[in-house]
Amino acid sequence: MAYSNKVIDHYENPRNVGSFDKDDDTVATGMVGAPACGDVMKLQIKVNAAGIIEDAKFKTYGCGSAIASSSLVTEWVKGKSLDEAQQIKNTDIAQELALPPVKIHCSILAEDAIKAAIADYKQKHGG
Amino acid sequence: MKLPIYLDYAATTPVDARVAEKMMQFLTMDGEFGNPASRSHRFGWQAEEAVEIARSQIAELVNADPREIVFTSGATESNNLAIKGAADFYRKKGKHLITVKTEHKATLDTMRQLEREGYEVTYLEPQTDGMVTVAMLEAAIRPDTSVISVMFVNNEIGVVQDIAAIGELCRSKGIIFHVDAAQAAGKLDIDLQALKVDLMSFSGHKAYGPKGIGALFVRRKPRIRLEAQMHGGGHERGMRSGTLPTHQIVAMGEAFRLAKLEMHDEIKRITALRDRLLNGVKDIEQVFLNGNREQRVPHITNISFNYVEGESLIMALKDIAVSSGSACTSASLEPSYVLRALGMSDELAHSSIRFSIGRYTTEEQIDHTIKIVHQAIEKLRAMSPLWDMYKDGVDLNTVAWVAH
Repeated sequence: MAYSNKVIDHYENPRNVGSFDKDDDTVATGMVGAPACGDVMKLQIKVNAAGIIEDAKFKTYGCGSAIASSSLVTEWVKGKSLDEAQQIKNTDIAQELALPPVKIHCSILAEDAIKAAIADYKQKHGG
Repeated sequence: MKLPIYLDYAATTPVDARVAEKMMQFLTMDGEFGNPASRSHRFGWQAEEAVEIARSQIAELVNADPREIVFTSGATESNNLAIKGAADFYRKKGKHLITVKTEHKATLDTMRQLEREGYEVTYLEPQTDGMVTVAMLEAAIRPDTSVISVMFVNNEIGVVQDIAAIGELCRSKGIIFHVDAAQAAGKLDIDLQALKVDLMSFSGHKAYGPKGIGALFVRRKPRIRLEAQMHGGGHERGMRSGTLPTHQIVAMGEAFRLAKLEMHDEIKRITALRDRLLNGVKDIEQVFLNGNREQRVPHITNISFNYVEGESLIMALKDIAVSSGSACTSASLEPSYVLRALGMSDELAHSSIRFSIGRYTTEEQIDHTIKIVHQAIEKLRAMSPLWDMYKDGVDLNTVAWVAH
């Protein structure tokens, strides 16, 4: 399969790979996907007192497009409020990375990861 | 060293330069371009002679009679002709066929088509090491079983089935036995005088010949009959009509002649390279060799790198041309059906790579491959949440995954 240059760039130089301490109160984790499907994404966000995502990190088991999608969203969510991050759409991710139709599920997974991380944050903070 | 390194000889081999040289002599006005079926002039006679020499060369590699070799367009067509042709011809005997879940698609899809036409097919599940036992087959045989098809060497994992024993069973029960030997010819000794095989498929391009040419062995004693699947001028004793492609046939003949001459030295060399590769990656944690350890050809090595996804691994191995055990690279996102049939988990099947070594592989290439594999696994595991979980002692089977 031919990958777009953007996918290759994110795959070869993934941004923000790593983990935060999941017990840190300001950290929320979203883990989506399943090994049997060939993709698992773990997205962690660090949210400051003003409700802004200060930092994000990911770890992904998956194809190049899945890795690129998660790398991209760690860049996109940084500096956004939770509400703004909630608005990121899989179609934006797919368009930015020029994902082929068979790889659209990778962008959907990345959107789900953001939503799961935000839900985790809200649950942790009672709201 | 020239990059990328080709380690996908099981997908196809380059044409040996000696074969290409020979092939070119049968194309142009200066060469022997005639139609082997032309009986009225020298052009035809010479082409026919070249075809018959090639037929003998193919027969010699597998110890068959040249009259038992039928040319086709490749192993896919050979499998179609063998299975459909025999099932059709012997349908009065019964409409039950047996094959194995790890066969090539050319066999499995042919069987599916026959199911649509009213045949019943049993798809045997092999052992977890990929082997099919005589006992498994014996238990599946019914009074109306007419054809059994089992491949010699598996194209994904390289295991070698016990064709001799299965042949004895089939012969004793009066069942037609077809063997897909696309990955076997030139990789191990095949003696069709000894093996009780009725039909055997061969491919040109898996053995340093060109694409688009193959052959089917059709036994004469006892005589096996086939219903033709391609109709026309009655070429190949009526079993496969169509003008014979002299240049491709001559090339396949030359490739098989060279295989007979050089096979044993080549197997030794490739075994040494395979062992070098395995030794080079064995210290990586959670690495598994797929398929039976002894009953295998050295040419095909399928390895699972747990907690690393196959397609991203192939991307990381961009300087090495290999194929994924996972079919992610095609439009389908299913992991390899062959590995799944061995009872392997989806994630391990998704994490598998086939390395296939061939005539032009060097030690230097293998050493470079080992180095790149180490780097890739390190990089991808550092990025893998599954690897973290494994390291933390989490059993992945107990995690409530959100399948998508």
